[in-house]
Order: sequence, then structure tokens, then C-alpha cells
Amino acid sequence: MSFLELVPDWLLTHGPAFLMALPLIMAAVTAILPNKRVAWASTFIVTAILTVTAFSIALYNAEVGTTIYKMGGWAPPHGISLVVDALNAPVLVLIALMSFITVIYAMPATVAEIKPNKRAPFYAAFLLCTAGLLGMVITGDAFNVFVFLEVSSISTYVLVAMGAARDRRALSAAYNYLILGSIGATFFVIGIGFLFMETGTLNMADMARILADLDGGSRVAKVAFGFIVIGLGLKLAMFPLHTWLPGAYAYSPTPVTAFLASTATKAALYLLLRFTFFVFDPSYAYVADVLMFILVGMGVVGMIFASLQAIFQTDVRRMLAFSSVAQVGYMLLGIGIATTASVAAGYLHLLNHAIIKGGLFLALGAMWYRFGITRMEDFRGLGKTMPLTMGAFTVSGLSLIGVPFTAGFVSKINLAGAAADAGWWWAVAVIMITSILALIYIGRVLLLAYFQSPPTVNGTVVARNEAPIAMLLPMWTLALASIFVGLKSDAMVGAATRAAELLLGAG
Amino acid sequence: MSDPNTKLDAQDALSERIGSDPHVLLRVISKFLIPLIALFAFYVQFHGDYGPGGGFQAGVILAASVILYALIFGLTEAKKAFPPRLIRYGMTLGVILYGGTGVLNLILGDEFLNYSNLGKDSIAGQHYGILAVELGVLITVTTVMIAIFYAFGSRQPETSDEDW
Repeated sequence: MSFLELVPDWLLTHGPAFLMALPLIMAAVTAILPNKRVAWASTFIVTAILTVTAFSIALYNAEVGTTIYKMGGWAPPHGISLVVDALNAPVLVLIALMSFITVIYAMPATVAEIKPNKRAPFYAAFLLCTAGLLGMVITGDAFNVFVFLEVSSISTYVLVAMGAARDRRALSAAYNYLILGSIGATFFVIGIGFLFMETGTLNMADMARILADLDGGSRVAKVAFGFIVIGLGLKLAMFPLHTWLPGAYAYSPTPVTAFLASTATKAALYLLLRFTFFVFDPSYAYVADVLMFILVGMGVVGMIFASLQAIFQTDVRRMLAFSSVAQVGYMLLGIGIATTASVAAGYLHLLNHAIIKGGLFLALGAMWYRFGITRMEDFRGLGKTMPLTMGAFTVSGLSLIGVPFTAGFVSKINLAGAAADAGWWWAVAVIMITSILALIYIGRVLLLAYFQSPPTVNGTVVARNEAPIAMLLPMWTLALASIFVGLKSDAMVGAATRAAELLLGAG
Repeated sequence: MSDPNTKLDAQDALSERIGSDPHVLLRVISKFLIPLIALFAFYVQFHGDYGPGGGFQAGVILAASVILYALIFGLTEAKKAFPPRLIRYGMTLGVILYGGTGVLNLILGDEFLNYSNLGKDSIAGQHYGILAVELGVLITVTTVMIAIFYAFGSRQPETSDEDW
């Protein structure tokens, strides 16, 4: 562990608090910074520090196991604890890393998309959103989860609405998201309230212990579980509750889309895992029923319907958004089968999909930056006019389909294998069919980009006009990461397996 | 027995003195009340260490005094008394006070927001810590409340671009 030796001790012990306090405080400072370039620089530095911190905490966690940080020195279950274990450490790294990558990309993107006087508030909201996401993943206190969920959600509504400078539909999309997101958060907090009624504690580990003593608890616990699943389902865009997502992804500023697609729904999915397997337990009959019929059912229906909807979109951003809903279906399927292997596969897909979708949305944003492209037919000849950007889009797109030697392949083959092991052969078939549907909608874009000539404007063919380096670097980092995971998946699969073993026990 | 004419004269004199302003009573009384409301806010604030009260309630009460001023004397006057550009700095200052206390605890070698080492013993430390934190809450809540009122009160954004 040579990297860990470089990290000072206090960062390892106080890292969990640092991880949520730093962006929270710096968001307030960034809001009053006068100059937008200074605001960008401070956000850049903060997210860089966050990435290093999250990474070293994750490494430290792999070495020493679960660590509990007592906020304010108050011991759990009465005080608020920050818990780092095998389940949330990879998600923490993911969120911090994606915020860092997005900020690099955001430097040119915000210049084009956000009014100068709104740029410092934009970065402040971005940092707040990061703080909220990191907080809700790291905290061990159920009510604290709700608080951070709201911190991240409210800043997300602001970020989505800032797309109004580019497209006025961002306002209605943000409003739609505001209403549905608030309903989701309300359902979640009602669920927490019922759980508190049943167990008399808010600490998640303590809740789990008391619920186990009560054999799953009374009807109150069942109602609580229902509210929590619906609330989180809204946040993570489970199929019939996903209607806020296409608008929010399509009309928000492009860096926000990439960041949301790769972190916001993922953090909510992490919470679903945490509540279904850690606080509750699949051995309770009602949890098993929900897993079997709701999560698998909605996951599979979502996979098929959202993929079909994606095929018929004319706006590429909406196409990718519907594809996100379908990909959430894969993760829900993995969670719903509820064997160690399948949960690991679902968790792996959570991480991989973040890398893939982040890359796709960054590439798409760069295309908008250069040519104002959002519609499918505008992709004609893009393989010639923006070869590097289109290359990154292609790599990530192939990974989304699940072509061998890419990240998408690794998680889909793991998921199919886990489904087959559990005897769910029809699920394997669904995975194959939806992969073909993904091939159709990504293939349409690739065909237009590579096998059509660039459009002519005023008699001259559109010349090559590549995206700036600050955009190419992030998108290629993600594209190469998805190939790297495809070739050398041991570390990711290992992390996912450790997470699943923490939830379900080995075997 | 007073002459009805003199009574009428007195009324005329009164209405002359108050001019055409029908709200003089409101203005006089609220001018008298506003400092008391602000004072009560600070009572709630410092009472919050050991009893019911604290930064949030105090912040709302303090903001209420500004809002009352705006209701009686108009938004323009209120904005002269409490300029909108202060709002942004106030919000930030409060958060920094709160978070900064936590960071100070980290520097002193304790957990985040563990105030025990701020004073000579842990009780004094907790006391100083909560004072600083509550002050931060007070500032942020006051400014946010006023910001919300200003935002609703003025339909056009009155903060000019330079202020933001």
C-alpha cells in the first residue's frame, strides 16, 4: 500500500467528515467569489481533494475494514455516525471522481451555456450537490440520509433549471423534477418515520439489529419498507416513476446531465441496496416479495419499455435518458434476484453504467458545444467532422450495448451468469433482447455518423471542428476507463463482490 | 360643554399634523416595536444554549423585524436599511462560522463538530462551540428569510447583476 503511506494519518481518520464538510463549506464560499474563473478554480481544487480523499478512504477501508466516524464525538446509536464499508466506499470514489471529471469538462461548457453572472452560483450549486450525494452515501444515520438527499436534490433542481439559458424547456423539466423529487423525498421520510416508530432509533445498524430481533417487525415496518422503496424508486427512476428523468437529462446544462446520469440515480440505488439488504433483510417475507415482484417486475418491464422508447426518440439526449431508465432496470434485476452473485453484478453495473453514461453524455455535450447538435439527423457525418469526440461516443456506446472487452460486457455477462445460476433463464433472455435493442438505438447514431457524409452549409461541406482539449480529456478518460474495466475487471468485480458479501454474507 | 366647532378644529389640526398619511399609527408603533423584536431575537438566541430557543428561531424573529419594517415603510426603504447585497455575504458567513467551528475542532485534533477542546474543560468548550455555531445559524437564517421575502416582494429581480 504505497499510496496510503503518502496520505497523512489525519486524512484517513477524519476523511469521512472532511468528505462532506469540505464541499459544503466551499459551496458557500464559491457562491460569493466574484470572478467565474476563480469559482471554477476553487471547484476544481475542491473536487480534486475530494477525489484523493475518497480514493484513500476506499483503499484504507479495503485494508482495515469497516470504519465508523463519530460526528461531534457522540457515539452511535445516539450520535450521528459516518460509516465507510465495502458497500459505500466504491460509490464514494465514483461520486468524487465524476465530480472532478465533470468540473474539467465544465470549464468550456459553462462559458457556452451559463450566463456569466450565474457561473459562480452554478459552481456553488454543483458543490452542494456533490456534498449532498457524498453525505447521503457515507452517513450511517437514516434521518441524515434524508437531509443529504434533500441537499443534493434541491441543488439539482437549481442546476437543471440553469439550462434555461440554452433551452427554456429546462424550466418545466426542473419544475417537474422538483414536484416528483419532493414527493419521493416525502415518501422516504415518511418511511423513516415509521421505521423510527417501530425501532426507536435512527442509526441504520441499530435499526437492522432491532428489526432482526423483532423478526422483521410488525405491520408498521412493512408500511415503512413500502414507503422507502417507492420514495427511493422515484429518486432512482424505477420504471413507472421515471417520468421526470428524460426532461431533466435532456434540458439541463450538459455538464449537469453527465454528472446526474452518473451519480444521482446511482446514489439512490445505493440507498435502496442499503435499506433492502442491510436495514431490512431479504429473509423477511415482505422484503422477499418486494424484491421478487416489484423490483424484478418493474426492472424487467423498464428494461424492455424504456429501450423501445429510446429507439423511437429523435432527440439523442432523450434517447440516452430512456436508455438510463433501461439500465436501471438491469441493476434492479440484479438486486431482485438477491443472490450474492446477482447483487454483485447489479452493483458492478451501477459502477460501470456511471462510467459509460458519463462518457456518452460528455461526448454529446461536446457535440452541442461545437455544432449545437441534439437531434438524431444532425449526426450525419460526425465521424468526419468530430472524429475524436465521435470516437469516444462510439467506445462508450459499444460499452453500453455490451460488446466484449468493454465495461458493459463485463457487468452484463456477470448479471446473465448470476441469473442463470439462480435458474432464471427467462431473465437471461430479457438481458439479451434488451442488449439487441440497445444495439439498435446506438447503432442508428453510429450509422448516421460514420456512413453518411457531412451536411453542406451554403454549398461547402462542414469542415472538421474538434472539441477543445478540456472536453476531450474527460470523455476519453471515461471511454478508456470503460475499455480498461472490460480488459482487466478484477478490481471492479472484486469490489462489487465484497459489497455483495457485506450485504448477503459470502456464498 | 365644549363647542362642537372647537372639536372640529382639533380634528383638523390633527389631520394637518399627520398629513395625508393614514398609517401614522402603524408607523409609530412599529418603529417602537422593531427594536424590541430584534432584542427579543437576541434573547431567544442566547437563551438557546441551555433552554428552548436557538439560532433558527432567533433568526426568524430577527428577520421578522426587517420584514415588518418592509411591510410598513415599503420595500425600497427596507432595502436601504438592509441592502440585498448583504444577503449573499450573510448566508455565506453563517455557513462558514458553523463549518469553520467544525474545522477548528478537526485542527485541534477532535472529531468534526466536537467542541470539547475549545474551552478549558469540555463543558466550557461545548458552550463556546454551540455559541459560535448558533451565531452562524442566526446569520444564515436571518439573511435567507429576508432573501425569500425580498424575492417574493419584488417581482422583478431587484438585485442587480453587479450584486450577484
